[in-house]
Amino acid sequence: MTEATVASRIPLEDYAALVGAGEIEELRALAKPLRGRSIEMINSTAVGGGVAEILNRLVPLAEELELKVKWDVMTGGEDFFEVTKAFHNALHGAPYHANPKHFEIFLAYNERNRARLPLDAEFMVIHDPQPAALINGRKKNGNHWAWRCHIDLSHPNRAVWEFLEQFVARYDASMFSSPEFARQLPIPQYLFYPAIDPLSEKNRELTPDFVASVLAHYGIDSRRPILTQISRFDRLKDPVGVIRAYRIVKRYFDCQLVLAGGSASDDPEGAVVLNEALHEADGDADIKILELPAWAPLEVNALQRASTVVIQKSLREGFGLTVSEALWKKKPMVASAVGGIPTQIIHKHTGLLAHSVEGTAYQIRFLLSHPEIAAKLGENGHHHVKENFLITQKLKRYLTLFLTLAHGSSPRS
Amino acid sequence: MNAAQTPFEFFTVGYLTRISNVSANTLAELLSGLEQCSDASIFHHTFQTLGSHHFLTEGFSNDFAQWAFADMNRNDLAEQLSALDIRDYVSIAALRSDLCRITGEYCAANPALALQSALERFHFCESIEVSVPFGLTAATLDEFRHGIERLSHASFYFHFISSRLRLQLRTNDFSHWLVEGLGLETLAASINRIDVYTNTIDSARGKVLRLIDRERRKA
Repeated sequence: MTEATVASRIPLEDYAALVGAGEIEELRALAKPLRGRSIEMINSTAVGGGVAEILNRLVPLAEELELKVKWDVMTGGEDFFEVTKAFHNALHGAPYHANPKHFEIFLAYNERNRARLPLDAEFMVIHDPQPAALINGRKKNGNHWAWRCHIDLSHPNRAVWEFLEQFVARYDASMFSSPEFARQLPIPQYLFYPAIDPLSEKNRELTPDFVASVLAHYGIDSRRPILTQISRFDRLKDPVGVIRAYRIVKRYFDCQLVLAGGSASDDPEGAVVLNEALHEADGDADIKILELPAWAPLEVNALQRASTVVIQKSLREGFGLTVSEALWKKKPMVASAVGGIPTQIIHKHTGLLAHSVEGTAYQIRFLLSHPEIAAKLGENGHHHVKENFLITQKLKRYLTLFLTLAHGSSPRS
Repeated sequence: MNAAQTPFEFFTVGYLTRISNVSANTLAELLSGLEQCSDASIFHHTFQTLGSHHFLTEGFSNDFAQWAFADMNRNDLAEQLSALDIRDYVSIAALRSDLCRITGEYCAANPALALQSALERFHFCESIEVSVPFGLTAATLDEFRHGIERLSHASFYFHFISSRLRLQLRTNDFSHWLVEGLGLETLAASINRIDVYTNTIDSARGKVLRLIDRERRKA
């Protein structure tokens, strides 16, 4: 177990211009009863992945509210991470043959990490399955343990879930990104939306010159409608379906399609899907299939900002934070009604939902035909993200959770 | 300036959403859920959701109506459910009763539709409310105005809308105190008439501030 160091710090006050001074004052008021009280966050990686990204932002903000926050990262050998990767896939519903050796390895590394840490913070927040068995180290000092599950547990492999459940059921609370991802548990299950940081490179304001330079670099014409889907090259993101929807729209509108995702060079399956997309595009000069470097947040930001309509035509989805990213930029969206997307896209209020290639094409045509409605949906989407999916709201949820755990609050009414 | 004997205390509020184990895939199941779910669940899908979606000033009323519209494609039922105005209710029991009546009558009149599967399930959730003092009190109208200006959206909503259940009156914390503390009945009534369904929190707050300013000019 090692203590993670935070990569960068953005003062809380910097968010006031975006969310309002009252919201920041509110965070300070909610944090006041928690000042000086200890919190320990534990996950399995300090860099890479969404959990580390959010903790990098969240921990310094909580420190600014005078909470004593510590972020520890679990250590483990290659064998442990192979097992937890297999568990991760099995919890997502992938085939898995239960292997007692795997459970032994999992427990052995949890035990080793447990022995190294006092685990005595007043509020212990354990992220994801990897460190879940640290609950075995729970002290008799009455501290509060919460398990934050970032993955979709709606269709888990039974053997893996039953193994994990024995630990999870001993926590005081659990948090899931969507009601669909939760399980039947004997402990309270709370809804904790993932969040975006409006001041990160992926979401902050950009100059029109920079956006124009990115379009020029990729040969995209800013004078014609731009349809964009940002996602890795994965069949579950249905890039081929997006191209088919574009072709239907193209019959009526002289538009372009941008499919941009991370490089597929070190991902064999990604490379196959990328080739499928290239084959489907069949040399159409108005389809730009972009393999962006692993971290090109400013380019992604620029492509989203330059888009006329943003698409997220996933066949399955986790929460789908790319939706919040686009909505924050006031973009009209057409997205599939899967995973956490309907939470972000309230149909006909903050965007349009679709259930097929044809439906996606129809909704895009509708938005291109009604720019005033598209603008209104984009504006509403921005407010929806501001109220519910920003990192400041996530911080508020944590403060409310700690106050609830500390006081044993009962539901409203 | 007139000062109240009991100052107004501003609170701030945080909500946690607790996922219940009840969900619905048909209108019949929605009715069953409405009959059995906790009061905190009815509060969450009506009072609380309006606060967290305050920026939708056209056609969004509550989660039940939105689900009937978007996931069941039943515009007629959605219209009836969305016509329920939470300001008419000072108890969750009365609100639940009307939700059940509307949904029940629809299911009875359309038995085949009542069993039709939804595009997405409806998940019943509950609100857990934690309120703490904002660290601000007001004894005069000037101080009161200053406090309202500084409130977050959630705090404003807490005092302006969900207070009805707390007070068990058809009024809000602001109007209640203006009458009880400062004897300003006309101002209190004007503030209570602001329509939360067609205003965002910012526009409702703007109206409250303008009404207070008008009152201050009279003094």
